[in-house]
Amino acid sequence: MANILVYIDTPAGEEPTKAQRELLALAAALGTPVAAVAAGSADAAAGLGAYGVTTAYTSAGDLDGLLVAGKAAFVAAAARAADAAAVLLPNTGEGKEIAARVGIKLSSGVITDATGIAPDLTVTKPVLAGSYTVAARAVHGIPVVTVKSNSVDPAEPGAGTAHVVELEAGEPGPAARITGTAAKPASGRPALQEARIVVAGGRGVDGDFGPVEELADALGAAVGASRAATDAGWIGHEAQVGQTGTTVSPQLYISAGISGAIQQKAGMQTSTVIVAVNKDEDAPVFEIADFGVVGDLATVLPQAAAEIRRRRGE
Amino acid sequence: MSDATGTPLKILVLVKHVPDAQFDRHLSGPGHTIDRQDSILSELDEYAVEAALQLAESRGGPKAGNTVTALSMGPEAAASAVKKSLQMGATDGVHLTDPALAGSDSAATSLALAAAVRHLGGFDLIVTGMASTDGETSLVPSQLAERLGLPQLTLASRVELDGDGILTVRRDGEFGSQTVQAPLPALLSVTDQANEPRYPNFKSIIAAKKKKVRTLGLAEIGVSTEQVGAAGSWTRVLSAEARPPRQAGTIIKDTGDAGIRLVDFLADQKLL
Ligand SMILES: Cc1cc2nc3c(=O)[nH]c(=O)nc-3n(C[C@H](O)[C@H](O)[C@H](O)COP(=O)(O)OP(=O)(O)OC[C@H]3O[C@@H](n4cnc5c(N)ncnc54)[C@H](O)[C@@H]3O)c2cc1C
Repeated sequence: MANILVYIDTPAGEEPTKAQRELLALAAALGTPVAAVAAGSADAAAGLGAYGVTTAYTSAGDLDGLLVAGKAAFVAAAARAADAAAVLLPNTGEGKEIAARVGIKLSSGVITDATGIAPDLTVTKPVLAGSYTVAARAVHGIPVVTVKSNSVDPAEPGAGTAHVVELEAGEPGPAARITGTAAKPASGRPALQEARIVVAGGRGVDGDFGPVEELADALGAAVGASRAATDAGWIGHEAQVGQTGTTVSPQLYISAGISGAIQQKAGMQTSTVIVAVNKDEDAPVFEIADFGVVGDLATVLPQAAAEIRRRRGE
Repeated sequence: MSDATGTPLKILVLVKHVPDAQFDRHLSGPGHTIDRQDSILSELDEYAVEAALQLAESRGGPKAGNTVTALSMGPEAAASAVKKSLQMGATDGVHLTDPALAGSDSAATSLALAAAVRHLGGFDLIVTGMASTDGETSLVPSQLAERLGLPQLTLASRVELDGDGILTVRRDGEFGSQTVQAPLPALLSVTDQANEPRYPNFKSIIAAKKKKVRTLGLAEIGVSTEQVGAAGSWTRVLSAEARPPRQAGTIIKDTGDAGIRLVDFLADQKLL
């Protein structure tokens, strides 16, 4: 079977994240998973064998100091070493930038925002903010594909150890140097892009994300926001959902105090189920909501959170 | 190449005309490409033009010999993106156009843009928006940097250029935030957090009419028709299906128990 290369970046712990396990499951469905592991220990790389990875490539050089270029050179080297039939990366900002450069290095077609890959490597993806679904193929080289979270069921661990091979990635070429990093504060909540449920607040929260966070925690959800809320400084910019923020596609998106502008919809309208709470019955968000409440989020959200806790017997 | 002594900066800003997202947008034709009627300068590229203008102004603007060239690749209508950039204050424009370019994917687009950049003699800085509002793949900036061998400083929310020609930017993303640095020449892409794009005023609109716009074809930049368009693209769209519009669901007015009814709905959908 053909080797399918999965790019594994910064592990939060030593175990692969849910999004990484989704990529590994997809690779296993398409061929033999192999991995390009950009961070973490050799033990963690070997541990990917539990998810079917036969060979895990690690980098001889440090990849963290340079923006994108070093990682792209490493992934291209791993794809060549594995004679990979496809490369899968996460659909994050950095994942897409690495994919872009890998595509040029391997003279290969790059497809972003994938929600599925068929056995013949045809990729399905939404375009124009989810108003179309297209099928696309790489017609030159091998497909280099960034895959959206929540597209497939994550791989479950079994037994096995991956063979770890250290690679010399070669000259990355001119690159920007990373001179400072401020990690976003840990919230204990799932990552926005990976979360099964997102509860998002907008200008309607009027400075207080408390009700949004309370409902999110009752549901084990990530917290999102409209740009009006992040611009106001009520919550960090990394929480922004939309055209210029994060694109999410969870099973459930609860929108509270968000009007539903086109730039907001661009980031959430492929969610499976959408629930909206807004006090204006004419808010455009109701046009795309499966369930809508015309009401005040400051009372509706805490009532829902309390009801969920009650039903769980807490 | 500019240096510490303050030699003028030569900046290129890439602008795209895109279908106005306020209207319904459609895919059509054999290549499932976008309909480009009702096109406008991509909203996100206005931030790129503004960033380029501010950097040029920090070195004394056009009076000190700094130039901001706006380049747009695409059919006739793409000239309007160049025109808007000139009205905002770009010094001159380039319209790269050829029927063979239609349907180019990011690989073919970056190939043509790289050739145009070389033809124009290179730049100290190339500035782009964070993504086009139509293709939304945001691959072109990184691919152009790769092809031209430039450091990329992408998704910048804050931009600074010091007297030594060192560019420092802040990048925000899912990871938190980063500071990254590179000497010019470089490729910069900016987000909508980077600045407030200026509105052209009457004077700048009049001034724009006198500015020069060069039209370039493929032959001039040394690219063959097989290297671009569908023939030169490394990806192909096989089919496109309009997603059925989302149907509005049940909308209730809160009469005191809406939170509980919301939870009933979640339970019905097996989402609890
Ligand atoms: C280039 C560009 C990029 C953009 N990118 C994004 C993006 O990525 N993401 C994004 O979200 N926006 C983006 N925007 C902004 C977008 O156009 C809207 O301005 C923004 O989404 C509005 O946020 P909002 O819905 O929270 O605020 P508003 O539009 O002001 O809506 C607030 C809503 O809250 C309701 N409300 C008020 N009080 C309550 C209450 N107590 N209970 C219940 N409901 C209440 C109101 O009825 C109203 O519908 C972008 C804009 C531009 C120009």
